[in-house]
Amino acid sequence: MKTSTDTMALYRDDDDEQIIEPVGYDFGLTRRTFVQVLGAGLLIAVAAPSIAQAQESGVGGRRRGGGGFTGSSKPVPLDARIHIGKDGAITVLTGKVEGGQGARAEITQAAAEELRVPVDRVTLLMADTELCPDDGFTAGSRTTPSTLPSIRSGCAAARQLLEKWRGGDESKTYADLAAADAKSLSQVPGTDVQITPTSEWKALGKPTARPNGRDILTGAHKYPSDIIRPGMLYGKILRRPSYGAKLTDVNTDAAKAMEGVDVVHDGDFVGVAAPNTSIAKAAIKAMEDSAKWDQPPHPSSKQLFEYLKKNTKGGVPANPFADEVSGAAKSLRAEYHVPYVQHTPMEPRAAVAEWDENGKVTVWTATQNPFGVRRELANAFHVDESTVRVVVPDFGGGFGGKHTGECAVEAARLAQAVKQPVALQWTRAEEFTWAYFRPAAVIECQASLDASGTLTSWHFVNINAGRPGVESPYRCEKKNQQAVDSAPPLRHGSYRALAATANNFARESFIDELAAATGKDPLAFRLDHIEIDRLRAVLEEAAKQFGWSDRRAKQRDANVGVGLACAMEKGSFVATCAEVEIDPAKNVARVRRVVQAFECGAITNPSNLQSQNMGAIIQGLGPALREAMVFEEGKIQNASLWKYEVPRQADVPVIEVYLVNRPDLSSAGAGETPLITLAPAINNAIFDATRKRLREMPLRLA
Amino acid sequence: MQGVEAKFTVNGKPVSVTTDPNRSVLEILREDLQLTGTKYGCGEGACGACTVLVDGKPKFSCSTLLSEVVGKKIVSIEGLASGETLHPVQQAFLDEGAYQCGYCTAGMIMGAVALLEKNRKPSDEQIARGMNGHICRCGTYSKIVAAVRKAAEAMPQATEAKS
Repeated sequence: MKTSTDTMALYRDDDDEQIIEPVGYDFGLTRRTFVQVLGAGLLIAVAAPSIAQAQESGVGGRRRGGGGFTGSSKPVPLDARIHIGKDGAITVLTGKVEGGQGARAEITQAAAEELRVPVDRVTLLMADTELCPDDGFTAGSRTTPSTLPSIRSGCAAARQLLEKWRGGDESKTYADLAAADAKSLSQVPGTDVQITPTSEWKALGKPTARPNGRDILTGAHKYPSDIIRPGMLYGKILRRPSYGAKLTDVNTDAAKAMEGVDVVHDGDFVGVAAPNTSIAKAAIKAMEDSAKWDQPPHPSSKQLFEYLKKNTKGGVPANPFADEVSGAAKSLRAEYHVPYVQHTPMEPRAAVAEWDENGKVTVWTATQNPFGVRRELANAFHVDESTVRVVVPDFGGGFGGKHTGECAVEAARLAQAVKQPVALQWTRAEEFTWAYFRPAAVIECQASLDASGTLTSWHFVNINAGRPGVESPYRCEKKNQQAVDSAPPLRHGSYRALAATANNFARESFIDELAAATGKDPLAFRLDHIEIDRLRAVLEEAAKQFGWSDRRAKQRDANVGVGLACAMEKGSFVATCAEVEIDPAKNVARVRRVVQAFECGAITNPSNLQSQNMGAIIQGLGPALREAMVFEEGKIQNASLWKYEVPRQADVPVIEVYLVNRPDLSSAGAGETPLITLAPAINNAIFDATRKRLREMPLRLA
Repeated sequence: MQGVEAKFTVNGKPVSVTTDPNRSVLEILREDLQLTGTKYGCGEGACGACTVLVDGKPKFSCSTLLSEVVGKKIVSIEGLASGETLHPVQQAFLDEGAYQCGYCTAGMIMGAVALLEKNRKPSDEQIARGMNGHICRCGTYSKIVAAVRKAAEAMPQATEAKS
């Protein structure tokens, strides 16, 4: 087997365009599979545009449902969306995954809403490539604006089917319909589908707990790493000692001699399958001792930012408004830095792979991209995608870090060789080293102001991290906003909110610098330049709830500061006020209070939205204050939760989240945007306390 | 490594395994006893996901060897509820929605049970300190404190945790 170091090219994930990878399938419904899994009943298939078409529409939220044919003669693929058992059990199918962000509850609510049944009547079957429609990546805050409309129109169509069939006889139920019509495997509903208006919502808009919450709390839920198959062995992989290292020699004899151990050596890939993890580890250890590697030089994190600038593709772009700057009343220039950080989901990568006698492979794994992983497996083994099944049980956290299928491929390679199911769970150190990272960034900012303190030119260049969040919401006639590539020394990929965190850290800190340069209050300076009402509304709400004006006016402790930041991203709006206290003895900043206002249109599940906001604030706290990957000679130096310190209970400040509900607007995704204003709000508060401007995450005073 | 027979109880049931005594309790629970409710998070006692009770005391099962639990009583997440009735801590986590992905939750709950067995009326600060060994990457910390507080109120009427 060849191993490829640039698999990320396939999933290059700088922004939403990542998801456009067209899926040219024509869904082949096989009655047998559905009956096996769901029992006899009525399967309702909904015509769906391809993922590409959905993306092209820009909103992805256009109403789906409708006829089986487009204007052309080409059939539109059919997505099996709803299964109604003869016993009345309702199963809704989606290719989306649940990794803790709340998709299971939200999609169940949406289905119940349109089927007009209680939420607990609906079971959601998620992310089984054999059964579920391809709803694309679970990423980019797309579940709410893209998948929900699709689920809703499909379920509304099913409801219409029932209504038409029963012809006014209210005593007839979905079970009766299924029993009466069970002969037909699929039923394509008509085109005139009406979804429930927000004002009439009964299931959506209400706080809704995760449907399988009880199983989580009793230990009954099977995460990908908990899957056990008959005759299953435990795998381990011989990892390279450093980035880019090539295996030149390895002695596998000692490992092979161990009882129950199978060694799989295929090019650079060396792994074992063993009766338990301890034996697998011992076998790998035996080979590590003999393995010889070519280790190329690799830059150190100490030189990271210089390295990224030096390797900028096409050179670092110059400010096209240099003349404006030289003639301006005031101008400022600053460079901001954001290091590599990692998602650190509680469940490291895991997969169980099993091949059947016909050469078909099933892999249970954690991924945000089940159909992409199916493709990855098909490519790796040179088989047709129809012989690969990927099943994604609800898993232990993704945060953008589980878009790829390397662990699935590794498990499948071992299972193929030993002809038995193999479980592979990466260790925390493997996850820290060989999973991917949030891209590091150098951000160059330059702006000019006229005598009244109004922005006259804006130059903003992100090197390496990407485009999301690069566009400023502040009014300025002359704007140059760019994202340029570099030569990233580490494997990088998606992360919750992508580059929007880096770009908003730089912009919102730099805006504060400009406000200070004009002598204006940071809130007033922003409001002077904001034209977007929804952004203004969250900023004003956060400032009001925080008591911004009073806090600014009051004589304060020398070691306490307040700061704010606001942003818009993925169709939602956020503003954060933070209060920090400097500990002069330790010279560190402690965040005492965070007040956040957030608006994402009509709120679908208020309790989950609250959790997502709180969680995003906590997750943002880590890279703001402490998290950064340290690497030297191609080795990650802090690949341990003792050394890479994520936020813990004792780090949690007082957090107040104010959700602004806009039932008059369509619902936008909300998993990412609540993260992006935390770091700059803290940075601005540190400046307020110390008059010292920091320009690098994590925010270290010394 | 020669297998050695080790006897102990898990969730009230006597168990005997013959294996390498240097394997971790986490691995024995998950791989030999197929009790997968206890999770691997870091393998070095830094995250708390693998917490179980050993003779009533919280232990990181990833860093506890089989040889250390011979003759002892282990309680894992699977052993907390009595039939359909959840343990007050589980019920409080459910009521407060104090979980998101839920992967840390088994360890969190076991840690909270141990905390409340020692101190039935912890302050929020004591809860935060007591639970600081448990990482939740979804950032559910505030709701976890609320759940532990709620469980504390429910616990005096509850039966002692099974051992």
